[in-house]
Amino acid sequence: MNIDAALRWVYDTELAVAMRENALLFPWVESIHVVALSLVLGSIAVLDLRLIGVAWRNRPLPELLRDVLRVTWVAFAIAVITGALLFASNAVAYAHNTCFQWKLGLLALIGVNTGVFHSFVEPRLTRAAARDALPVLARVSGALSIVLWISVTAFGRWIGFTITAVD
Amino acid sequence: MNLQASIAALSEFLGHTALSLTLQETAWVVPAVQTVHILSVAVVISSSLFIALHLLGWSARDLSAQQVARRFLPVLWWTLPLLLLTGSILIVAEPARSLQNPAFYWKMGLLITASTLTLVYQVPLRRRADFWQRSRLRVAATKLLAFTTLSLWAAVILAGRFIAYVDNF
Repeated sequence: MNIDAALRWVYDTELAVAMRENALLFPWVESIHVVALSLVLGSIAVLDLRLIGVAWRNRPLPELLRDVLRVTWVAFAIAVITGALLFASNAVAYAHNTCFQWKLGLLALIGVNTGVFHSFVEPRLTRAAARDALPVLARVSGALSIVLWISVTAFGRWIGFTITAVD
Repeated sequence: MNLQASIAALSEFLGHTALSLTLQETAWVVPAVQTVHILSVAVVISSSLFIALHLLGWSARDLSAQQVARRFLPVLWWTLPLLLLTGSILIVAEPARSLQNPAFYWKMGLLITASTLTLVYQVPLRRRADFWQRSRLRVAATKLLAFTTLSLWAAVILAGRFIAYVDNF
């Protein structure tokens, strides 16, 4: 089964048909997607700015990590579910949209950055005192994260202006 | 002249200004400004969320309400002008899209209510650190207030997105 056939199958599922044909479903799912991604962005920015060393430097990292990442993960899960529904409604067109491809690619990089952070950077942080300047790796990780998330938002917004329906 | 006709005349006028024409000719302006608009609203709603989570006892339990407010509320207030600026650019770029759309006015009403409720929480807290803890009624009221404010910011985002879907009047 090639990729376009798989996308076509997604496009023809009942859920995707409902997303296309019900006038209210798409706007509601899209709005929830925007609320969720806003909370992902705003919460992860708190952590990133703390890691870079520009905000809330007296807040101990273990507490901040716990408080922030709980929000980020819940909001991210909602964004993924709503995003998948939006994608299904027009699967072939989204998959062929350059902005969508960039968005997914950047999300994959965010995944790598997150993995590297939790495996290699975070274990060293908990040992450092709260007020100490953070290691360079932590600052790079935070800076990368914030730049990648802003880019994901931009590409996501650009999808709406470049998408063309294919039947 | 009725209100709708005045609004139509205003969007007609705005749409023919030199600034509007320049913005209309540059395809990347609207998506770029919308992106900054979304990033700004992300800061606002997340600030409101962290305050609500703290009041509900779900985060930063070692911090006082005043400490959490001092961390997040100035950020919220300083981001609002950026929201208004980017929002105004979007209006000038496509006046009829928002000014003649009911969802835009819901959004403005919700925005004013959310901002007002934020002040209702902030002003007494600034004067007395324990203002919202002085009685059980106040503790309950502040939780309800924080949850309502957060929901209103979500509704602002919802109404904003619905501008693209609700028919103009």
